[in-house]
Amino acid sequence: MAITLTASAAEHVTRFIENRGKGEALRLGVKTNGCSGMGYVLEFADKVEDDDNVFEDKGVKIIVDPKSLIYIDGTELDYGKEGLNEGFKFNNPNVKDACGCGESFNV
Amino acid sequence: MALLQISEPGQTTAPHQHKLAIGIDLGTTNSLVASLRSGLAETIADENGQHLLPSVVQFQGKNETGYQTEVGYAAQQNASNDPMNTIASVKRYMGRGLDDIKKHSIYDFVIEEDSVVPRIRTVAGNVSAVEVSSEILKALKQRSEEALGGDLTGAVITVPAYFDDAQRQATKDAAKLAGLNVLRLINEPTAAAVAYGLDTGSEGIHVIYDLGGGTFDISILKLTKGIFEVLSTAGDSALGGDDLDHIITDWILDEAEINEPAPSLLRQILDVARQAKETLSEQTSCKLSVDLGEGKYWDSELSQQQFEKLIKPLIRKTLVPCRRALRDAGIENDEVQDVVMVGGSTRVPLVRQMVGEFFSTEPLIELDPDKVVAIGAARQADVLVGNKSDEDMLLLDVTPLSLGLETMGGLAEKVIHRNTTIPVARAQDFTTFKDGQTAMAIHVVQGERELISDCRSLARFELRGIPPMVAGAARIRVTFQIDADGLLSVSAREETSGVESSIQVKPSYGLSDGEIETMLKDSFSYAQDDIDARNLREKQVEASRVIEALNAAMDEDGEKLLSQEEQTQIRQAIDELAEISKGSDQRAIKLKIEAVDKVTAEFAQRRMDASINKALAGQSVDDID
Repeated sequence: MAITLTASAAEHVTRFIENRGKGEALRLGVKTNGCSGMGYVLEFADKVEDDDNVFEDKGVKIIVDPKSLIYIDGTELDYGKEGLNEGFKFNNPNVKDACGCGESFNV
Repeated sequence: MALLQISEPGQTTAPHQHKLAIGIDLGTTNSLVASLRSGLAETIADENGQHLLPSVVQFQGKNETGYQTEVGYAAQQNASNDPMNTIASVKRYMGRGLDDIKKHSIYDFVIEEDSVVPRIRTVAGNVSAVEVSSEILKALKQRSEEALGGDLTGAVITVPAYFDDAQRQATKDAAKLAGLNVLRLINEPTAAAVAYGLDTGSEGIHVIYDLGGGTFDISILKLTKGIFEVLSTAGDSALGGDDLDHIITDWILDEAEINEPAPSLLRQILDVARQAKETLSEQTSCKLSVDLGEGKYWDSELSQQQFEKLIKPLIRKTLVPCRRALRDAGIENDEVQDVVMVGGSTRVPLVRQMVGEFFSTEPLIELDPDKVVAIGAARQADVLVGNKSDEDMLLLDVTPLSLGLETMGGLAEKVIHRNTTIPVARAQDFTTFKDGQTAMAIHVVQGERELISDCRSLARFELRGIPPMVAGAARIRVTFQIDADGLLSVSAREETSGVESSIQVKPSYGLSDGEIETMLKDSFSYAQDDIDARNLREKQVEASRVIEALNAAMDEDGEKLLSQEEQTQIRQAIDELAEISKGSDQRAIKLKIEAVDKVTAEFAQRRMDASINKALAGQSVDDID
């Protein structure tokens, strides 16, 4: 399996990294907190750790630490709008249930 | 599914704990709000895709939850039908007293009982400038909460560099009323510089050229160690992009040979003119068409060359304040590192060209000049709520004018000097002037001059309950504290007894930029006069202190220790000193004080001996030690 991005997500990530002016990759991961178990990590990455998994899709380099990968393998990162709000979405096949807003989840 | 943003490395927050921060450019004509999303600072649009929010509020009524209002474009459209309830340009009234406002306002101002704040009479009741402004902020807050998908942690709001304490406090009050947590107020030119990342760049002189719709401001900033210091500001509060439109309008009226146009026709021509200005910022010529009614049209063309010839005198006018600001700051044109262009009118190529030539540097125009201030504020807000790693420094600001208090003789004693970086707290010790003095009046002033009468009074309060002591024995520590928003609080504490008193400076009157400029300039041009005046007052105060002390000593020991002749001599000397100190010859006063000192030296010696004798009387040598 792997981590992928939609075209819209890839376009936005590329733009944000370009604007930031440093770092080449996007780090995806999970953190154990939140109202329903786990929360997502979505960060700019300035360096790749030795045991990180590196994926590449639509010109975007994505890194995931091995522990997180178990929870999010197969995820497709999307970018969407809801009213005035816009941002990234994790389409994660591993999720069994999520809190009402989907910001934290269980596998 | 919640929508996520990309964080800085290691700065991911727990779900539902995102620190959402916004930057607000609360403008005279238009306001904007911006925020950082995935590291990119952008202004937030409303549901119609409009970024600008006209700073116009129409009051329609009032119910238990508050005022019923229309804000922005809707209010602007209703302005001509409902002029007295539709408030525009409220920023001009923030923190101002009735006298300052009345001159240039169409609104019906009233002062209610138990209040010093002028209010505008509307159908919804009498509303203060703070309330009007808070309606604008509420609209921006609501827009940002919808766009960011959560409650806001805080906001940074920009104010003109020349805004004084009263105007800043009023802005803060408006934000509080709108339910916004103000992280900090920052100066508009500083925000513009931050938007371009100049705060992390090289140290040096940065100029902010801000040609807005109705006002022109020039600010000279100096960056040292991450701190922007406002060296000088200048401007023209009645010069802006609107004037460019008027020039083209006049030209059209001339060319089309229209005399005394009807208001509707004039409005139409004004629109044509504005469009022409925008078109000619990108193209070399522009077609004009005016509907004269009754099926008649006037058609013509305006070339960029003609357009530039028309507006050139106006743009040249903006260079006068530029020159003045440079001179005030003591800066030469070639020392300027960057010129940041702010305000929609700086899109006009001729403006860029002339400003570039004047400062001999290519102006910065990459960011949208309408949005640059809001973007800078958003970047600062993002740092302040802690979304950045520690290496990103906090931006500091400085006080525009010195703050101090009144001392004996009507002199201003500066406690915090101008251009001190804030936040800051400074303490200074003062003492009593008279024996047994139990209270002290503290008069807080702002300004650069030496005499109180030339400074601006900010507040007065009293410290009471000082235990009776001889003059000069009490130790009263006065602390001036300015918070990060530039707001002042002053406290006084008598150290031996611990009695305390304090005040939050919330003056009801504001200074205009012109007044601040004048105050600064006066302090330079009157420097010598001021020093002389200070010296004289100091001598006068010293003389009256000497007289006070001598009179007390004479009453106590005069009869006991002095012969009749000696007493007469001293009394005479005191009278002479009193007479001379009324005059304005500080040298004469100084000499007389020295003379009195000489005459009374013997008396002082005898008093000393007498008190030692008294202290030693009845004690053996062993007890002393």
